[in-house]
Amino acid sequence: MMRLLLRCCVVLAVVATASVAAAAPQKPGAPARPSNDDCLACHGDAGAVRADGRPVAVAPETFAGSIHGLGGLSCVDCHTDLAAAVEYPHAEKLPPAQCASCHDAAVAAYDTGVHAQARGAGGNLSAAACADCHGSHDITPSADPASRTHHARLLETCGRCHGDESVIKRGKIEIGNVVDLFRDSIHGKALIKSGLSVAPTCSDCHGSHDIRRKTDPASKVFRNTIPGTCSSCHEGIGREYWESVHGTQVAKGSPLAPVCTNCHTAHDIRRSDVEGWRLDVIKECGTCHEHSLETYRDTFHGQVTALGYARVASCADCHGAHNVFPKADPRSMVSDANRVATCQQCHAGATPSFAKFDPHADPENRERNPLLFYTAQFMKMLLLGVFSFFGLHTALWLGRGMQQKAAGQWRRRKGTDSTEDGE
Amino acid sequence: MSAQGPAGGHVASHTHYRRFDRADRLLHGFLMFSFLGLAFTGLPLLFSHEPWAATLARFFGGFESAGLIHRVCAVVMITVFVIHLGRISRRIFGQKDLGMLWGPNSMVPQPRDFFEMVAHIRWFVGLGPQPRFDHFTYWEKFDYWAVFWGMGIIGGSGLVLWFPELFAYVLPGWMFNIATVVHGEEALLAVGFIFTIHFFNGHLRPEKFPMDSVIFTGRVTVKEMEEERPDELERLTRTGRIDELASAAAPRWVYRLGRTAGAIAVTLGLLMVALILFALLT
Repeated sequence: MMRLLLRCCVVLAVVATASVAAAAPQKPGAPARPSNDDCLACHGDAGAVRADGRPVAVAPETFAGSIHGLGGLSCVDCHTDLAAAVEYPHAEKLPPAQCASCHDAAVAAYDTGVHAQARGAGGNLSAAACADCHGSHDITPSADPASRTHHARLLETCGRCHGDESVIKRGKIEIGNVVDLFRDSIHGKALIKSGLSVAPTCSDCHGSHDIRRKTDPASKVFRNTIPGTCSSCHEGIGREYWESVHGTQVAKGSPLAPVCTNCHTAHDIRRSDVEGWRLDVIKECGTCHEHSLETYRDTFHGQVTALGYARVASCADCHGAHNVFPKADPRSMVSDANRVATCQQCHAGATPSFAKFDPHADPENRERNPLLFYTAQFMKMLLLGVFSFFGLHTALWLGRGMQQKAAGQWRRRKGTDSTEDGE
Repeated sequence: MSAQGPAGGHVASHTHYRRFDRADRLLHGFLMFSFLGLAFTGLPLLFSHEPWAATLARFFGGFESAGLIHRVCAVVMITVFVIHLGRISRRIFGQKDLGMLWGPNSMVPQPRDFFEMVAHIRWFVGLGPQPRFDHFTYWEKFDYWAVFWGMGIIGGSGLVLWFPELFAYVLPGWMFNIATVVHGEEALLAVGFIFTIHFFNGHLRPEKFPMDSVIFTGRVTVKEMEEERPDELERLTRTGRIDELASAAAPRWVYRLGRTAGAIAVTLGLLMVALILFALLT
């Protein structure tokens, strides 16, 4: 409420300055600026339409309740080209309302963003301009719960395009229906279902006016900027991450080391303690650590998670989630100093001997696991030997057995025939 | 070639000979079903990347439930093994039956087995007559020792994996890696062998198809004895022990039970083989 009041004061101050300027004596001979009543003489009629049938009505009470109406702005403050209009009805096609005449900083920011680019260079008129998000005659400050840009309502506003399949198709929005994804995410549920004011909405990650593509290094969602953006709320995790092997690489500008969204995704972020996420994130680690995933799958841990049960150790249980360090680093959960304690999280009776288990043993790596290598080779030979010998044995026996059986039947039939012949 | 027609030389007032006693049959029954249980609850882990593995694990109530069934079956099988070892020891040490260690009633491989194997293979390809087998053939001994070795290896490694914290007192942790590989590979060998080679040798080969019920009834027919183990028949006739083994056919319910149990085991076993082949070939 304080914020709302404060913003109203600021707006009123700006409006007052504008009004003073407007009220300054006009040059003699210049046409009088049309008053709001002049405009509403036509536009105040609820049934007012253009020649092509499009409604051009403005409800006087709606405008009066808006931040601009409350501030005493006149129609021509925004529709500046009509300030000097003399003939009525005025031309049907007018330039859009000039928000920049007051909100120059916001518009300048907007002009650097993806929406302005799409409209300008791309000629994509599906992309949002000021009024698409803020409304037109009914604009209220974003602190007002009824505002289209209020924290709780912004998702719905962005969703008018980013949650609408037809707009997504028409506007060629590559990312697809992110609003639907977001609704089911932990952030979306916190925002919509729990109504948390601290839950992020679109603008918390993307910014509001200067929404840039994620490929733009100045974007809040540019790959290597993402950890910073997320840490603006997840501060503690951010600190852990920036120290980790992944975070230090990202800080150096690595295009490969994972940032938050690599594991957590962007719009459909799930709780990290649910089974589905715990299982899926294993594959995520495996996209870079391919061989580690392969060898993990050879162990009981990896087999059980592959079957779809998350009650056994997966990557982060041993290596940490945000605090991943190389094994040689004493801070690592799998360092010599910490490994036993790490095993003990599940195996209460784990000892240093127990911790000599290799969770990523490779039966094909003679240097790393010599005895395992020879055992695996022996088992391979044993299986090959037994199945080759008995496979052949069985095949030959089958052939002979069939032959024997056929011969027996043939002899029996022949015997019957000869009796008949003997008659 | 084997003798045809009615057996000569001894009184033929019976239709069957006894081959396995009740305890052996019961032990085999427990072995069979615990083996099936172990295979069906263990292979999903070994083939965890296969789509059928997750379904199978879910069928058994999830990996924890499947693990429990696996352990219960393991206890049953280890018990069977221990009882078997006890019975053998009693015969060797208690009854001083040294025939258990050498001779026709012994499972110990002997020169005769090697020669019979060669002769058998020669017969397969038409290079000689069918060998005249005695009480245990070479492939039966192989089946026996394969299971015996498997019990030790799979059972031992299984216990290590079941109680890793306990075994870590005497074994270094990397032995769990070895135990995992050995347990899985040996299980694959056992499952593959039992469900194909053993099934074929015992049941599915043309002479026996669809199944031989001797392991359930404990009895072979006079004709089977004459055709398949002429040397045993001759030896028993010569020593006069044949009359002790003469018996009537097993009761009908035993046959029915045996056929049912056998059919279930063969079906499940071949299903498992199909799943493994599907996994290995795709």
